[in-house]
Amino acid sequence: MNRDAALFEYVLRLGDTDVVLAQRLGEWIGHGPVLEEDIALANVGLDLLGQGRMWLTYAGEVEARLAGRGRSEDELAFLRDGGAYRNLLLAEMPNGDFAMTMARQFYFDQFHLPLLRALSESTDPRVAEIAAKAVKEVSYHAERSMDWVIRLGDGTEESRARMQRALDQLWMYTGEMFTADGAEIALADSGIGVDTRTLRERWLASVAAVLDEATLALPQGEWMQGGNGRGGKQGVHTEHLGHLLTEMQHLQRAYPGAQW
Amino acid sequence: MVSTEVSTGVSTGVSTEVSTEVSTGMSAAVTNGAPSPAASPFNRPSLDVVWAALATVPDPEVPVISIVELGIVRSVEWRGAKLVVAVTPTYSGCPATEMINTLIRETLALIGVTDVELKNQLSPAWSTDWIAPEARERLKGFGIAPPHLLGSRIDVAGISPLRRAHVVVPCPRCASRNTELLSQFGSTACKAQYRCLDCREPFDYFKPH
Repeated sequence: MNRDAALFEYVLRLGDTDVVLAQRLGEWIGHGPVLEEDIALANVGLDLLGQGRMWLTYAGEVEARLAGRGRSEDELAFLRDGGAYRNLLLAEMPNGDFAMTMARQFYFDQFHLPLLRALSESTDPRVAEIAAKAVKEVSYHAERSMDWVIRLGDGTEESRARMQRALDQLWMYTGEMFTADGAEIALADSGIGVDTRTLRERWLASVAAVLDEATLALPQGEWMQGGNGRGGKQGVHTEHLGHLLTEMQHLQRAYPGAQW
Repeated sequence: MVSTEVSTGVSTGVSTEVSTEVSTGMSAAVTNGAPSPAASPFNRPSLDVVWAALATVPDPEVPVISIVELGIVRSVEWRGAKLVVAVTPTYSGCPATEMINTLIRETLALIGVTDVELKNQLSPAWSTDWIAPEARERLKGFGIAPPHLLGSRIDVAGISPLRRAHVVVPCPRCASRNTELLSQFGSTACKAQYRCLDCREPFDYFKPH
């Protein structure tokens, strides 16, 4: 795989994870537990959507270098089927209750923030500037999701039980974040990307510290979905992604090229 | 008829400003020199005039400050007859971006500049530290607590470093320092929601970014 082919895959993964998680957060609009949280969920989703657009736009430009013609951000988002999506499995997990949504966000933010910090030093200037832009936004996401894990964990009996259950259920989807395949290793070696295996130890330490503060137990279990190199990043998804895309892509599929 | 119009024009502030701008524009453009066939020095306003025009464009979400004071207009330059304006987004997903671009085009058209290229500049990433000092004061009058400068977030000694500790955000209405955070996100992504515990009013806080 040449460098641009690897870069296309890599940037697609970053963009797809943002877009899919943004869509999930958008599903909360009008359903948040209180108005402030409804707005906050939408705003976090909006940040991720903006970041996803920048990554997908860049992916299209890299694709143009490779294939002569690159797809636009809209074509990439709305006209690819599930098997062509490269998002992390964690991002496509259903919202569940508020604890499930915040646990998913917490696991992801604790990974996303150090990843973007590292990518803002990328030798690819475009990757570096998108990451440097995104890292400021994600630092607020990380603060907020950590805060909620502590509030719900160290809260009532009910909120604590729900947060623990959410953390336990999502645990097996966290391992995929710290896998690296050929494309990622090649890009990390050339200073463009990050080998996320190097981020796992610090992630585990910060997650453990927050859960301890929240009086919650760190989930156990070594087996991870997608941990064998066949997960969302390779296009192997859970059944949930198809349902998400059906809704997200409906308009462009039913009325191709529609604009308003 | 003619003499009346001229004298009226001179006596009102607005017309005087316009005539000043036009003359500044022409002389500056002449000194800039190198007119291309499409851009004669007589129809190309100076960059000072361009900046002054852009300074009248309000931020759609926070209309008491202009897009120039907000710090999102990074540069303006003439390339022949074309004006290139570099704009940086506040937040990646800011829904006001397209409206801001439209407002910039409309405003520039009013000073006769229609050949405009808007360049989306990501780097360096926008910071609230770029908001003009006088605009910060105006934010307060609008009911928004201005952002602290970056690096001024102080961890107050508390139960745990993980429990959120913030700098004090004084109430923009009554100046009380007895306020609390309601949500990290307010009416827009760039603002957090606070409540004053003395005057009981909710207010927005422009987050340091």
